[in-house]
Amino acid sequence: MTENGVPILQLSGVSKSFGAVQALTKVDFEACAGEVMALVGDNGAGKSTLIKGIAGIYRFDEGEVLFDGQPVHIHSPRDAAQLGIEIVYQDLALADNLDVVANMFLGREVLQRPFRLDEAAMEESALKTLDSLSVTTVRSVRQAVAELSGGQRQAIAVAKAVMWNSRLVILDEPTAALGVAQTRQVLDLVRRLADKGLAVVIISHNLHDIFEVADRITVLRLGQRVNLYKTAETNQQEVVHAITAGKLEHVPGMASL
Amino acid sequence: MSETELPTPVERSMMQQAQSQSLADYARAYGRRLRSGDLGAIPIILGLVVITVIFQNLNENFLTPRNMVNLIVQMAGITVIAIGVVFVLLLGEIDLSIGYVSAVAAVLVALLLRGPTGISGVGRLMERLGITEPFNWWMAVGMALLLVALIGMVQGLIITRFQLPSFVVTLAGLLVWNGVVLILIGAGGTVIIQDQVIVNIANYFLPKELVVNDATLPVNTSWLVGLTIVVIFAAGRVSRWASRRKRGVSTTPVVIIVLEIFLVTLVTTVIIYICNLDRGVPLVGIIMLILLTFFSFLATRTRFGRYVYAIGGNMEAARRAGINVTRMRVTVFMLSSLMAGMGGIVLASRLRSVDTAAGGGDLLLISIAAPVIGGTSLFGGRGRVISALLGALVIAGVNNGMGLLGLSAGVKFVVTGLVLLAAVLVDAISRRGRAQSGLA
Repeated sequence: MTENGVPILQLSGVSKSFGAVQALTKVDFEACAGEVMALVGDNGAGKSTLIKGIAGIYRFDEGEVLFDGQPVHIHSPRDAAQLGIEIVYQDLALADNLDVVANMFLGREVLQRPFRLDEAAMEESALKTLDSLSVTTVRSVRQAVAELSGGQRQAIAVAKAVMWNSRLVILDEPTAALGVAQTRQVLDLVRRLADKGLAVVIISHNLHDIFEVADRITVLRLGQRVNLYKTAETNQQEVVHAITAGKLEHVPGMASL
Repeated sequence: MSETELPTPVERSMMQQAQSQSLADYARAYGRRLRSGDLGAIPIILGLVVITVIFQNLNENFLTPRNMVNLIVQMAGITVIAIGVVFVLLLGEIDLSIGYVSAVAAVLVALLLRGPTGISGVGRLMERLGITEPFNWWMAVGMALLLVALIGMVQGLIITRFQLPSFVVTLAGLLVWNGVVLILIGAGGTVIIQDQVIVNIANYFLPKELVVNDATLPVNTSWLVGLTIVVIFAAGRVSRWASRRKRGVSTTPVVIIVLEIFLVTLVTTVIIYICNLDRGVPLVGIIMLILLTFFSFLATRTRFGRYVYAIGGNMEAARRAGINVTRMRVTVFMLSSLMAGMGGIVLASRLRSVDTAAGGGDLLLISIAAPVIGGTSLFGGRGRVISALLGALVIAGVNNGMGLLGLSAGVKFVVTGLVLLAAVLVDAISRRGRAQSGLA
């Protein structure tokens, strides 16, 4: 599957430092259409920094970012959204008191007349999106998110991300707070996203989940990429070893001069 | 509707489910909300029934047409101020300045109407600016509302810019605007309002006969207004239902819509009938209704309202969704001051004057208590504009009833306080209900 994938996002040699702390050192990373790429690493390995760089929250100090093969500069979350990059954060960023439709369209409401919300149109396309992702566990899209289970909320957060013709979806710890059955649902959903032709990046500490859903695994350690595996050609021991003791190419923790 | 007969609802897709909301589905969803602790307007309606029964038993004048008309006029000012408070509470903020901001607007209107006389600072300022005539009513109202909106903007900017709790900034505002009211009124102590339009706001009743070219027609205008209200309500409901049905998204069962229209017609008819037994329908009641309708629309059907709820529910989510949270918060504080200003003008109109006590007493507290009693949460994100009306009705009802009984102000405060406590307890218990059913 990897061989068929077209790289949608390619990072080459990106670095980022915060003062004297080198968070990322010349990291290469790519995400291909139709492929689930896992991003793993211990705490402080630079996963979040990498994601925030892609999301436009941070700017990389150096390195090249290619989107669809074209060099791009992502300076703000809006730039990222315009390219079709959507991020589902760990804490989901849903408003509990609003219903499913309102959450899926938050910040991008469809208007009827100049001021009036077009609820029918929003409900219609929310239903379509949920249907296309085979999310059938939600009783009604007019339920408040407060009434949903963790897995359902995750599904809504993912559906919200893919509704906008997105090309690349990044999921930050999507299964962290979920039970077994709900984890199953979310992993199935992640797989379906890739099967629809999206590029999917999943960050997780749970290697079991990763081996279940990912096609390739990028391992970060101390801000450097120590390995890139094809899931089919590796095993959990090998990945764990890379996470904890992978070979570093650069001297860690020092800003390069 | 017949689709509900399908045996395996679980396997139907969302699209199919959406089209098939029957009465049974509707009732089930409602039951679920109740069990999870979302009681809606039920406690407040029960409360109103209890209040009515108690006071009617203690004093048979409570339910008389005369007293009901008084009640509408008494609650109007508080309701208008409380509408602004609803939006502030929805954000999870508070505005303690509204009492005296309402007085600032009232004093400004009164002084601008009095014109360039040397008695007050405003009058001297008008003289110095070369204004020779008193302002007419709409210029005075416009100027006053503009200035109080500016007050709200300044308070909102300070709160957002320096990331201060709204509690503290508006507490400072409370003191400042109290002082400003005293300074503006000056030594005179009381400013009389003589402008007929402003006085009419709270003292005019819809005529029971229509006078056209000196001919008196037996047309009771209040029924025309009532008919308009019912028609607008019904048209809104039906057109919404029809457009949703056309799109194939879930619709409210027809029975419920018919029931709603019937209830609105009934309530409108009863109120107009009772009012006509006395002086007639007060104009201020209509003004109140128009404001409630407009701001309900703003809260539930526009992007602005959606963002207010979103910020109150999860400010971080709102920010990530690209909502300009700062601008929204400042706008809501402006709205709060603006509504306080309008309410202040209504209150001044009722008294036909403004004095140094304007905006003081329990005005601030009951204006904030009203939406809370009406079911708006103090913790943000939950509540409706109509809660301003329901809460104001409870408070005005209790005050009015105890006034009839000749009870002292002390007893009034104690009872109003207990009602507020009961309302907050209902909110807290229903929250716990939501938490227990895993829905908080």
